[in-house]
Amino acid sequence: MNVSTELELKSFVLLRLGERRFAVAADDTAELVSPSRIFSFPHRTPRIEGVILRRGRIVPVCDVAEKLIGTGLTTRRFYLIVLRRYGHRTEWVAIPVTGECALINAELTAASASDEAHVAGWLSYGGDVIEVLNLGALTPGLQDLRGGYVAPSQPGSQTVRGSMAEARP
Amino acid sequence: MPSAAPVNPGTLRAEQIILFRIGEQLFALSSSSVQEVRGADSLSGGASEIAAPGVDKVRQFVRRGPNTLFLVSGAAHFGLPAPDGILAFVLRNTRTALLVDGIERMTTMTRLQALPLSFCHEERQWYRGLTALEQTVVPVVRPEGFLSDEELTMLDAAVPPAEESREKAQRELEAEAQTDANLDTELN
Repeated sequence: MNVSTELELKSFVLLRLGERRFAVAADDTAELVSPSRIFSFPHRTPRIEGVILRRGRIVPVCDVAEKLIGTGLTTRRFYLIVLRRYGHRTEWVAIPVTGECALINAELTAASASDEAHVAGWLSYGGDVIEVLNLGALTPGLQDLRGGYVAPSQPGSQTVRGSMAEARP
Repeated sequence: MPSAAPVNPGTLRAEQIILFRIGEQLFALSSSSVQEVRGADSLSGGASEIAAPGVDKVRQFVRRGPNTLFLVSGAAHFGLPAPDGILAFVLRNTRTALLVDGIERMTTMTRLQALPLSFCHEERQWYRGLTALEQTVVPVVRPEGFLSDEELTMLDAAVPPAEESREKAQRELEAEAQTDANLDTELN
C-alpha cells in the first residue's frame, strides 16, 4: 500500500441490522452501549421510539431498520450512538443494532445521483459492498417538520437552536 | 471514535413542578402555570357543549366573565387510550382547562433539556422539554401548547353567543323541571 492509497482510506463503523451490514463514518459515532430502558411519551415523529438516559444526556432512540431492511428489529444487542448534525449543532441519536460493531478502514466510493438519499456512499469490505449511511437523511430532523409548523417563540420557550436549557422558575 | 463530550450542567435553578398522569403516562407542568385545580365535575357543571370541526379534544366550554375557557381532554390531545380525566387544571394565561387523571406529586426540577431535534412534529409545540427525575424521563408540557391559534379561532367560531347560551341553559332547566313534574305525577 503506497502513501497515496493510504490517504484515501477512511474509518468507518460497521453495524449489523438483521442479516445486512451497513457503515457509518467513524467521525459520526460516539459509542456503542448496551440496551437500556427506553422512556416513551406521546409524540408524532415516525421511527423515534423514545429516549434513553446516557451519561446525563437524554438521547432519542431511532429504529432505522424498517427503512433499511424493510422490517423492524425483533432483537437488539446494542445501541450505536451516532452524532446527528443539524447545521452547526450536533446531537446524539441511539440506533438499535442486532450485532457487534467493528471499526474498519476502507475507501469510500461516493454515492451517485441514483442512490437513495440515505446512502452517503459505498465501501467494499470482506467481499461485500456496503452502504455508508447518511444520518442526516436517515434520522428525522428539521427537514421533516410538517409544512408550516414553526416552533413557538413565547418568552421562556425554547427554540430549535437550544439543546440544553436551565429550568426557569 | 471521538470521546463523548461531557454535558454542560449550566447554572442550576429549581422550578416547582406538578407531576400528573393521563392514563399511564406521566407528565410534568410548572406549578406556576396552574391557576387552579378543580374536579372536572365541578367545572363541567357550569359548562356548555361545543363541537368544533377538527378540534375533537374539546367538547365543553365554560364562560368566566368576558372569557371563555375550553375543557381540553389531555388523553385526546396526546392520543392516549384513556377516558377524559377527572381533574381539571385551569392553566394561567391561557384559555385551557386541561383534563387529567390525577396528580402524582409535586417536586422540583433543576434542569430542563430541550426536546432533541429528532422530535420534529407537533410534540415540539406540546413540550417545553424533558427532565430526568429519579432515573425517569418526564416530558414537561407547554401550557400554551394545548390549543393553537387556529384551534382557538375554530372554537370561538363554534361558541354560541352568550345570550343564546343562557337561553339554551334556561330551556334545558325548564325541560328538566317539566320532566321532574311529570315524574312526580306518575309516581303519585
